[in-house]
Amino acid sequence: MKTESNLEKVLSAGHLAVTSECGPPRGAIPEEVVTKCKYLDGVVDAVNITDNQTAMVRMSSFAASVLTRQQGLHPLLQMVTRDRNRLAMQADIIGAYSLGIDTMLCLSGDHTKFGDHPMAANVHDIDSVQLIQMVKQMRDEGKFQGGADLKGPAPKMFIGAAANPFADPFELRVMRLAKKINAGADFIQTQCIFNVDKFEQWMEGVRARGLHERCHILAGVTPIKSVGAARYMQNRVPGMDVPQEIVDRMASVPKEDQPEEGVKICVETMERLKKVEGVAGFHIMAIEWEEKVEEIVKKAGLFPRPQV
Amino acid sequence: MITAERKPLEELIEYVKPYKRLLLLGCNECVTVCAAGGRKEVGLLASGLQMALLKSGNSIDIRQHTLERQCDPEYVEEVVSMIDGVDVVMSMACGCGVQQLAMRYKDKPVFPAVNTKFMGASERQGVWAERCQGCGNCLLGETGGVCPIARCAKQLMNGPCGGSTGGHCEIGEDVDCAWQLIWDRLKALGREESFVEITPAKDWRSGGGSGPRKIIREDLAE
Repeated sequence: MKTESNLEKVLSAGHLAVTSECGPPRGAIPEEVVTKCKYLDGVVDAVNITDNQTAMVRMSSFAASVLTRQQGLHPLLQMVTRDRNRLAMQADIIGAYSLGIDTMLCLSGDHTKFGDHPMAANVHDIDSVQLIQMVKQMRDEGKFQGGADLKGPAPKMFIGAAANPFADPFELRVMRLAKKINAGADFIQTQCIFNVDKFEQWMEGVRARGLHERCHILAGVTPIKSVGAARYMQNRVPGMDVPQEIVDRMASVPKEDQPEEGVKICVETMERLKKVEGVAGFHIMAIEWEEKVEEIVKKAGLFPRPQV
Repeated sequence: MITAERKPLEELIEYVKPYKRLLLLGCNECVTVCAAGGRKEVGLLASGLQMALLKSGNSIDIRQHTLERQCDPEYVEEVVSMIDGVDVVMSMACGCGVQQLAMRYKDKPVFPAVNTKFMGASERQGVWAERCQGCGNCLLGETGGVCPIARCAKQLMNGPCGGSTGGHCEIGEDVDCAWQLIWDRLKALGREESFVEITPAKDWRSGGGSGPRKIIREDLAE
């Protein structure tokens, strides 16, 4: 074991892991984080706390992670390279670890163009692969990125990274995963999977390089709330692949039944993904729909969560 | 080259309105090539200013001149005979030219007539695109001759991100994904495996991280 991370313990014990996410509030409303935690308590192994997701200002991932930890859950601190340079990020890594946060996800982040501050500078002092390297170096060598020694115990972070099997060029997607694993990623959370065929094709490439044996791959899934949401993801979200049959299926049921249909599709997708060799668990992204996660986990036969 | 775009006429009028005698100075280098501040644009702007000011009941005497290179002190010296005859200078060169004039003619107000944009290349007639950010440590040899710092919207040195779609960047269909271009080149060169090598965190000291940069060539410096 590299860390004390609950997620690492679950994965190392060979269980299918389950993570979900919590988007922090757009204001100083800690109660919102607490409410979302209540929905996820005992239901998942770690909770991703997003970092200014979609480039909109929110309560910091660090603060919301601390709140999540105080509720007894295991926060998974997301960190994007868009907003801060390497000094600020390393400072937060030490700070987070000092407050009981031991799991993180290294991302480059959505472009500011999509958020509410398109006039802001994009920092990108380092990129997501270099962030993984930096966290690993802090953890395994006890050294800052600049080369100096850290004082005291090294921050033992379980290091995560993202992968999008559906972005272009497809032929690069396995190699980019390899790059993140070589940099030090311990686990991967993928983009939401709706096109299972394409995901299986990607996983073939992953297995051909033996990458599934070098890190834990959590398959990303999302319950769709409505046919409108399905169309939006299909047409408007860069790097998303929502097959027409999913949109049609959502459209085929009356509006009031669509949320239930969305959950059904999500659970069916998880059942299919369970059979894919190399899938080590699930990352359920129920955006502003955290109350549904418990139902999905139960229906997918992943409840109760293992105590490790 | 350095690219630039003329500022809106209204903004320029505000600059020169309080003055009576203006020296409008073009530059024969980059801004001439990108049609922002060469001899031709000096003429066009002079008449534009003249007309607009006349319309509002002001008159201004505009002297036009275009230097070979405004970023070179030798050429900037050329206007020494004209400078006393005017009470304001407007430069149509890039920001380097404006500053060169301001440093040389310390008691004369100097205003920029263009917005300096980026180091770029011409894609086709009338279209210029950013190609270089002057990071000071060129990595084009590793990236197949396509710069991820200047051309990837997230400046990823280990891209592409998850937003690359059909060769386009996630920020817009009119922007090429730099990493798609890099990958296409690596393939054409038979260097696919080099993609897996990780580019480590960049040392930005060469790219302005340690303050304003300077090149001193001992063999040439006087």
